[in-house]
Amino acid sequence: MPDLKFSDAEPDDHERALVDALVEQPPVVRQSERVVLGGIRRAGDARHLLLPGLHDLNASRGWISPGGLNYLAESLQVPPAEAFGVASFYDLFELEEPDMPGPRHHVCVDASCALADASGYAQQLRAEGKNVHEGPCLGQCENAPALFIQARSSDPVDMASTGETEQKFNATLANRLLRRFGLVDPQSLRSYREHGGYQALKTAIEVGQEEIIRLVTESGLTGRGGAAFPTGRKWRTVANHDHRQKYVVANADESEPGTFKDRMIIENDPFALIEAMTIAGFATGCTKGWIYIRGEYSTATKRLRSAIEQAYQAGLLGANVHDGAFTFDIELRQGAGAYICGEETALFNSIEGFRGEPRSKPPFPTESGLFGCPTIVNNPETLINVLDIATYGVDVFRSVGTPNSPGTKLFCVSGDVGNPGLYEAAFGLPLHELLEVAGVQIEDVQAVLLGGAAGRFLAPPNLDLPLSFEGTAERGATLGSGAVTVFSKDVDLWSVLVRLAKFFRDESCGQCVPCRIGTTRQHEVLLQIRGTQPNESERVLLSDLSMVMGDSSICGLGHTAASAVQSAFTEGLVGVQT
Amino acid sequence: MFGAGGGTSSYKEVEEADFVLLWGSNARAAHPIYFHHVLKGIRNGGSMYAVDPRRTDSAKFAETWLGINVGSDIALANALAREIIAADLHDTRFIEHSTIGFEAFVEHVEPYTLDFAASATGVDAGTIKDLAHRYATATTAQILWTLGITEHHNGVENVLSLCNLALLTGHVGRWGSGLVPLRGQNNVQGGGDMGALPNKLPGFQDIDDPTALRKFETAYGVPLNPRPGLHLTLMFEAMAKRELTGLYIIGENPADSEADVRHTRDLLRNLDLLVVQDIFMTRTAELADVVLPASVGWAECDGTVTSSERRVQRVRAALEPPSGTRHDHEIIGLLAQRFGVPWPTTSPEHLWDELRSLSPMHKGMTYTRLEQGEGLQWPCPDINHPGTQYLHGWLWEEDLGGHDPAPFSLTNHEGPKEKVTSDYPLRLTTGRVLDSYNTGVQTRGYSSPIRSGVDLEISHLDAKELSLVEGERVTVSSPRGSVEMTVSIKSDQAQGLAFTTFHFPELVDLNLLTNDQWDPLSGTAEFKAAAIRIDKLVGNNRA
Amino acid sequence: MSNKSVSLHIDDQLITVPEGTTILEAAQSMNIEIPTLCWAENLTPVNVCRLCVVEAEGARTLIPACSRTCEDGAAVKTNTDRVRENRRMVLELLDSANDLSQSDNLQELISDYGADSDRYTDPVKTTTPPKVEDDLFVRAYERCVLCYKCVEACGDDAQFTFAIAVAGRGFDAKISTEHDVPLPESACVYCGNCIGVCPTNALQFKTEFDMREAANWRPEEQSVTETICSYCGVGCTLELHTQDNQIVKVTSPADHSVTSGHLCVKGRFGWQYVQAPVYRAPSSDSEQSAK
Ligand SMILES: Cc1cc2nc3c(=O)[nH]c(=O)nc-3n(C[C@H](O)[C@H](O)[C@H](O)COP(=O)(O)O)c2cc1C
Ligand code: SF4
Ligand code: SF4
Ligand code: SF4
Ligand code: FES
Repeated sequence: MPDLKFSDAEPDDHERALVDALVEQPPVVRQSERVVLGGIRRAGDARHLLLPGLHDLNASRGWISPGGLNYLAESLQVPPAEAFGVASFYDLFELEEPDMPGPRHHVCVDASCALADASGYAQQLRAEGKNVHEGPCLGQCENAPALFIQARSSDPVDMASTGETEQKFNATLANRLLRRFGLVDPQSLRSYREHGGYQALKTAIEVGQEEIIRLVTESGLTGRGGAAFPTGRKWRTVANHDHRQKYVVANADESEPGTFKDRMIIENDPFALIEAMTIAGFATGCTKGWIYIRGEYSTATKRLRSAIEQAYQAGLLGANVHDGAFTFDIELRQGAGAYICGEETALFNSIEGFRGEPRSKPPFPTESGLFGCPTIVNNPETLINVLDIATYGVDVFRSVGTPNSPGTKLFCVSGDVGNPGLYEAAFGLPLHELLEVAGVQIEDVQAVLLGGAAGRFLAPPNLDLPLSFEGTAERGATLGSGAVTVFSKDVDLWSVLVRLAKFFRDESCGQCVPCRIGTTRQHEVLLQIRGTQPNESERVLLSDLSMVMGDSSICGLGHTAASAVQSAFTEGLVGVQT
Repeated sequence: MFGAGGGTSSYKEVEEADFVLLWGSNARAAHPIYFHHVLKGIRNGGSMYAVDPRRTDSAKFAETWLGINVGSDIALANALAREIIAADLHDTRFIEHSTIGFEAFVEHVEPYTLDFAASATGVDAGTIKDLAHRYATATTAQILWTLGITEHHNGVENVLSLCNLALLTGHVGRWGSGLVPLRGQNNVQGGGDMGALPNKLPGFQDIDDPTALRKFETAYGVPLNPRPGLHLTLMFEAMAKRELTGLYIIGENPADSEADVRHTRDLLRNLDLLVVQDIFMTRTAELADVVLPASVGWAECDGTVTSSERRVQRVRAALEPPSGTRHDHEIIGLLAQRFGVPWPTTSPEHLWDELRSLSPMHKGMTYTRLEQGEGLQWPCPDINHPGTQYLHGWLWEEDLGGHDPAPFSLTNHEGPKEKVTSDYPLRLTTGRVLDSYNTGVQTRGYSSPIRSGVDLEISHLDAKELSLVEGERVTVSSPRGSVEMTVSIKSDQAQGLAFTTFHFPELVDLNLLTNDQWDPLSGTAEFKAAAIRIDKLVGNNRA
Repeated sequence: MSNKSVSLHIDDQLITVPEGTTILEAAQSMNIEIPTLCWAENLTPVNVCRLCVVEAEGARTLIPACSRTCEDGAAVKTNTDRVRENRRMVLELLDSANDLSQSDNLQELISDYGADSDRYTDPVKTTTPPKVEDDLFVRAYERCVLCYKCVEACGDDAQFTFAIAVAGRGFDAKISTEHDVPLPESACVYCGNCIGVCPTNALQFKTEFDMREAANWRPEEQSVTETICSYCGVGCTLELHTQDNQIVKVTSPADHSVTSGHLCVKGRFGWQYVQAPVYRAPSSDSEQSAK
């Protein structure tokens, strides 16, 4: 775009080559000395390459140099101030040369890892001379304390694979979504097919678009990303639009502390996600899918990338899916360390090359989503449920679970747990039964945080809670993403609360006043009162903050930023005379 | 009459235009707030192409920039017309109903093939064809231009060529479509409105229309000279011939702003009497026998000005003028009294009401109405008339509203009068920058962090050929004179083209170089196309 | 825009408005006052300050009146206890983080709503020394409430220059050029449209800044005169703010169809020649001969 003023900072050769390779259709094309194509619209069309470009630059030197950023911005015609604004939004990008060499070691300090002495671990790594960064949940709570090594392209290859941890899952309570886990080779399309893969798509094409949408609707499938919105209704709305372009987006940003199910789905059964998205595209007339995967998920990303490639090669993606039945493409995008980018509209902004700030709703994504087009956003777990619905029909699907919460759910159990890992269970299972299977000493439990940071605490009297949407709602709790974090009696819950508050303070996008300042004040107040019995005015202050964040924030982050803290008080877990 | 007076469209309309053709205008720098409306249009989904020898800040916003040779506008316009007709994209019903001279026009543009235009303009035939199709098939389309079109020896013909395109496609006289000349200076439009043209009375009434003349004579109570006056360029010719020996200049700085200023200054010096009325001691004022210090019209005095969308707006006194200065209208009135004409001391509003009584298009604009709201757009014939958003709506009326059909004009490509030669191999063109204005007399008053200075911008290819480096001081010469300048090398400037601004005469006497070949119809000189040569300085030549 | 209309109740009064009208616009037409901070009539609503929240029947949370469009059959309350409590907290949070002393509007609201930022012990604040980088304007971000208005005015709501953007995240988010370079090194073209929309005086004319420093800024003695810019032929309306027969700053009316409140560097800052005495014509006496 015009008026843009770029600095004299130059990229190095490698940075230049990376950017040149990325920008295949530059926004400014010099057709001849006398004819140049340019303008705002062409720049807009290229902007979605900003985030991948920042990743490439950051991986190249371990930080984004001014020269690299300048060159990327110029190549994409993104105003430098905006490019800087976007880059500085993400935790995984460094804008100043790190004073310590070597890849960055991210150590999680959220609940389950804190219980596993994450700070001791961080200290140890530091003592080894590593470049260590303590940060939010890395989605490996079953293997606490978690470490993510942010490799640079020059680092030895095996560095990046440290994310490959032991796969801990348990299908004894139910075995639908985990069916192929451990049996199928996640890197082989052939193996996926041998385990029933691509049957669902075949059936879908046979029964037709309308029928698929009807099945999904009647199955009662609801979103597993936290909001529990009926999936069929989303699909129907988008299918009804005859917009020139529509999208289906798989939201694999999974950053809710305590949650790791989507990572495990992708690591163990990546083709299932691709097939399910293809069905969604087919059913609703979306010709393009996007998968937004958490930047810290290197193994999952690697497997997904290879799976997408294989699907293209086999004609299961692209212009002629199933011998010309329809067109469906998938593009992969990696997040860069921002919890808020899991919020669906923040995710759109992130893909589009803007700061990951949530948009105001309405308009909802099904009306105006990614690039302003009607868009279906679903969680990977939601999507893979569609495979069974398409293959076996509504009745089979509804045969487990409760009438209002049909089917099964994945639970991410971690913390003070004998066998942490991913558990599948039919909806309605009482919480303590899940805990028992996971090897929890029930009498040792001080509290359970259900639904992650955005969830609520449950005190022991509530452990009989039925794990269903209606069961949790009845007691003012939430299933959220399915994170179940267990705290035994010897845990200092105050530090858990302070850390939760810190999490929200760090992860607030900063856009709206109640959340930007409210999360900060909540954290400050908790630091001031930790370990005490708060007086009346302190309680009022906290509940005022809770009110304004819950009532007046733009998005779910602010809405829920105080709920766990408040629940700890109402459940009598902190702040009461014992 | 079609094609005279003012811009046909309101600013708002460009926000809704489907296609905008920006031709010879760097509105981003010269008309920044108008350009906001253009940008809003692009944001609303409109498209813009730009025709300009340079890829200006404005052209960078265009989907496609066509970098034509300086002075090849008519070749391009006629070829666009020919292509539109050949591709059958012209609006035959509109042409039949609202225009005359189409057959002759078709014949006239026949030689202007795409290939001919490509060689004349330097832009490939495919792109020209694309532009023709985009313009013709747009639902609404506007052509915008500024001095890049008019500051040529054949500026009026250039404008007529653009009018032809609008007539061919019906892109005029409707909301969203039109022809928009952007006025370079504040109240250029208003000056014309008030009859400050050699052949016009206020309200664009012709001086050779006896009824109009009589009306004014009756009102003023004196007989008026029925012969058209001289436009600026003819005045200088008359001064050269000593036919004109006294000059009264109000608020102009020709000693800096005219093309070929050395000649101009000599002429001013040779006058028997030079009176300058200005707010500044300009270079022209320095040459004067008498200087009449005036107040600042827009901040120290009440009155009206007219904008590029024909909007008459009130200016108001916010400050007490410095002692020793007087308002322009007072000075003129006092002068008249000294000449023995008993003009009463009067107010701006009285003068305005007098105008309203004589100029039908201003009749409905009382001060009270102008005071409320945002002013009014002429024509505004009576006090209930809301003003006119776009002109020439009559083209679409059943009976053409009683007008004659609009004529096509036959224009010929000549190229600049001053050809580039082996002695003067480069084409110099001039333009504005954002933070400065005209000869800089006003804009020098504030300290702009983005002030660019007055470098000579040349293509990296020419720089290489002349082995010049960035920042090098050089001698720049035209057949009329030489100045010393600093070179700035641009990677995206066309070869053979040199550009600079004219805002800093105190730094570089640029108009020593420019060509005073002028347009016989408008009297505008060919500022935009001089032929120059660049020579290295001898000795220490780094700036 | 469609020509459909919708009917709804606002504070128990029925009103019918064209589809697409915001709740704020509808309320304004009924003379119902809703406080705003990040909203401006010449900018696209970003609904970030949340001062304008209102209660809509059936909605789980409060909704921003500035951006939310009226829905047929809706019932909206603009002044319930819940609404007032939330607005009080928004004001309190702002006041706890920023220097709001130069915003009369906010001072008034703070006292109206009884916001008490003294409730916080040692709250972190936005503290940045004023950036004085040129002779035209000053950026004092300790007063910045991050309303995004300047970013919008500099970007695709008006100026399309994109010299500034929000950088960083959360409480550390701030308005910044790339790498925080000084404004003269950025793409800034000094249109001053950011100053024109800033609600807290974080952005201000250097003239005002200097006069305030010299304790010579006296708004109550200032007058505002509308006139037309003397430069190009576009004809932008200027509001000349004068004190002691000197222009002290220039704005343009936000509701004007020509400018929408926006100007260019010449109109905004190019007036200084008018009052530079040495610069104006020959000497103090009346008509005189120069030769
Ligand atoms: C702060 C925040 C973070 C979120 N993170 C995620 C996430 O990581 N994954 C996810 O699927 N949904 C997340 N969501 C919910 C999404 O906005 C959206 O509702 C969901 O992706 C829809 O998919 P579903 O209907 O299949 O659940 C988040 C919401 C908020 C407010
Ligand atoms: S609630 Fe928090 S995360 Fe959500 S938009 Fe507001 S500041 Fe951003
Ligand atoms: S002065 Fe204009 S260009 Fe500069 S930051 Fe403000 S709005 Fe942007
Ligand atoms: S500087 Fe002013 S306009 Fe910009 S965000 Fe801050 S308060 Fe708003
Ligand atoms: S005015 Fe509505 S959110 Fe700021």
